Parts: sequence; C-alpha cells; structure tokens
Amino acid sequence: MDAHPKVQIKGIREGLLITLGEGTWVEVHQALLDQVDQQAEFLRGARLALDVGNHVLKAADLGQLRNQLSDRDLSLWAVISNSPTTEQTAQILGLATRLAKPRPELTAARLETTIQAGEQAMLVHRTLRSGFSIKFPGHVVVIGDINPGAEIIAGGDVVVWGRLRGMVHAGADGNELAVVCALDLSPTQLRIANQIAITPQRRGKAQPEMVRIQNGQVQAVPWEPKKK
Amino acid sequence: MTGKVVTVTSGKGGVGKTTATANLAAALASDGQRVVCIDADIGLRNLDVVLGLENRIVYDLVDVVEGRCRLRQALIRDKRLPELFLIPAAQTRDKSAVSPSDMVRLCDDLRPEMDWILIDSPAGIERGFRNAIAPADIVVVITNPEVSAVRDADRIIGLIEAEEKGPARLVINRIKPGMVKRGEMLSVEDVLELLAVELIGMVPEDEAVITSTNRGMPVSLDGKSKAGQAFRNIALRLKGEKVPFLVIEEETGFFGRLARLIRPGGA
Repeated sequence: MDAHPKVQIKGIREGLLITLGEGTWVEVHQALLDQVDQQAEFLRGARLALDVGNHVLKAADLGQLRNQLSDRDLSLWAVISNSPTTEQTAQILGLATRLAKPRPELTAARLETTIQAGEQAMLVHRTLRSGFSIKFPGHVVVIGDINPGAEIIAGGDVVVWGRLRGMVHAGADGNELAVVCALDLSPTQLRIANQIAITPQRRGKAQPEMVRIQNGQVQAVPWEPKKK
Repeated sequence: MTGKVVTVTSGKGGVGKTTATANLAAALASDGQRVVCIDADIGLRNLDVVLGLENRIVYDLVDVVEGRCRLRQALIRDKRLPELFLIPAAQTRDKSAVSPSDMVRLCDDLRPEMDWILIDSPAGIERGFRNAIAPADIVVVITNPEVSAVRDADRIIGLIEAEEKGPARLVINRIKPGMVKRGEMLSVEDVLELLAVELIGMVPEDEAVITSTNRGMPVSLDGKSKAGQAFRNIALRLKGEKVPFLVIEEETGFFGRLARLIRPGGA
C-alpha cells in the first residue's frame, strides 16, 4: 500500500473502490494503470468505483480511462468526486456518482442542503437529452430544451428557456414556494416539494407558463411580466 | 487513401441499423468506392446474412482482435461488388471479447486501404455500443418515426455528444407517408424538432427491403426501389454531395394521381 500512496484499492459491497490521491492527473492516472496491471489476475472482471477526490476531469480524460480499464477487462461503473464538473462529466458518460443507490422516498433531505435554496443557481446552456440528469441544491436555469427522459432535481426554482418535456422536481428539499417556468411547458411529470403533477393534454398553442403550489395544489398560470 | 469511419447506431433495436449499413456500403461500393463493413454486434451477427455472405465466413472480428488470423484473412469480398468487403462478428462470443481500443486499432489498420469503414453497432448503450463508436469519425443515428425509437435516439445522441463524437447525423427510416398524412405517425418535422440534429436521409417503408434482406441482396442495388434510391442518396450525402431529399408520397394509383391533377393545390 505504501508503494502506491496515490492509489488505494479496497473491497466494498458493490465491487471494488479505488481511491486516488493527490498529484497531477497524469501521475495519478499512470499510477492507477500500473497498479491495475500489477494485480491484473486478481482484478480481472471486477466492477470498479473510482473516488477521484479533487481531480477535475473532462469527458475525454474519463472516457479514455474507462476505455483503458475496459481493455483490462475491468468495468468502471461509478465515479465519486468533490468537483461538480467531474460529477457532471461522469453523469454525461452514464456513470453513477454515488455509491449507495439513492432511491428511497420522494422526500426532502435527499440533497445536502449546505446551500440554502435561493442562494445559488446553476446555468445549463445546452439541451438535456434523454438519460441526462441534473441534481443541484440551488436554482437551475436551462437555456435549451429538456427532452423526455431527462430530469432535473433542484432545491430551488427551475427556469427553462426552451421546451420542457422531461421531468422536473423543484423545491426537492420540501420548499413549497419553489416554481417552475418554461417557454413551452409540457413535462412528462412535474414535482414541486412533495406534490406530483402530470400535465394535461395541451389545447392550442404553447405559451410560456409558470407552475407553483397554490392552495395546496400544483397550478400552472401564464408566465407574463408582473403587473403592478 | 485514408478511410473515413462511419458508425451506424440507434439505441433501440429493429429500426434498421443493419439494413442501413448494408445498403450504404453497397451504394458506396457500386459508386466505385472501396468499402469495408464491420459487424460489431458480436453474438448476434446479422450483417453477413443481409449481404448474403454467411456461407463464406472463415475468420471473424474476434479472431482478428485475438490474433488468430491476419486482418486480410478476415476480409470477405462481396460476390457482386469487388470493392465491398465484410468483417463479420463472432457468433459464439459476446461483446466483452472486443474492447474500444481494439476497434480503434483495427480501424487504423484498415484506413490506409479503404475509402469507407462502416461499423454496424449493436442495439443498446453498453459495451457493444462503446466498441462501435470508439473509432468513429462520423456517427449516423437511425430512428423510426415512433415515440420509443425517437426517445432512444435522443439518448444515443446525448451519449455521442458526451463522447465528443458529435454532431450525430440522422436517418429516419420506415416512414409511412399515408400514416403521416393522417396524423397517425410522427412526421419528419416532429422528429427533428425533438432531436435537433442534421438530417441526412429519409427512407420510406418499402416491402422490397424485406425480400432483398431475405435474398441477401441489398435493396440499394435495385434501381426501382424507393428505399434503395433513398439509401443511394444518403451515400452521396456522406461523400459530401448536395442531393435534394426525395418527396415521400404514398403510391395513390391512377385515381389518386387524377385527383391531384384536378386539384393541384389540394391537401
């Protein structure tokens, strides 16, 4: 273990967990491959989760690593990281970013609320395609469409400058004041706090709409400039 | 020659990946290009059947990758088109027999000798799909005008963008003009509105495809078939030529044409 302070391997319930230490990505990457090659026989066929700590990885880095591990008959299924960028990259590549499968109840406290809802926002400037998922404790603003099969789970509000056809959960920590706005609001399902709504068949042309909880019910109203 | 690697994929099964690969390959090869198709669907190979070459297989993709034969030995020459080759998939193994970097190496070896390397991807988004897109220069996504196929195409396009292989190009296959007209099938516009990628082909539903598949004779070699014409046009567009899209209309017969003559602006 001391020979490789950059790479630690231990067994967990879901397979093996590899923890990467400090250093440049090039060094750590090489150390990982060396370690894996040394123990090739022992590791063959294993499912790996990788804790990359503070390393910030781009899609190319992660994709390359996954392919190199595939060559060695190892399958990478999860990447755990302290960096939101890396987490996003991993999610885009279809990798898990948490070890314990978090699918209990649709209740609060799923998102770690170190950020108070209302304090921070995340801007997503792209179209979210099927299978893409964003989880963020603050607000989420999307410039682009949210296609069916994509999901956004936000602690605060969700604003979509585009078509909303996927699933959105605003106020996921139980914030009933959260709202969802979109230019064309036709989500497969929409959740605010603990309420779940399904959009009725739309009649006529799409118009910008805002959804909020009013009188204990999820309701959509036209999204217009505020009248004084 | 430095061949371009084109991967044909879809996410959903049964939308026509193998048919499209075989027909594009045949269309390119009959145009004088040197083409090799690689069947990446290890364990469920089909491309050899569609091309009518199943009885000529001696070595396959896995044999090449594992070094049991030289690359040349696994190349099966087509019986009609001397410039068309096939590397078949292994039937008795599974997707993990090949890795993405094996595919990259294989394609790098083929590039100097070929104009086009077409890879027929398996359905799904797992290892087989990653093998198929790893070496790709161009990714062609096939979909049908139905909700489930379009949903899967959307997912696939997202994954292709994530792997930095984008932008994907789209072929909409098996369009039934009559149903579109009656509003019972998604129209090309509906599909494009959701997927928002470059369209390089619209292929009408054509019974000739089924008979040609059964006979092992790609429909793009049949001058009369509408689908064959559509595939030939896609091949030309891959080569960078500007070809107008076919007008996909139902065969209405004599009375339909007469009605259209009488009311040219109608419907």
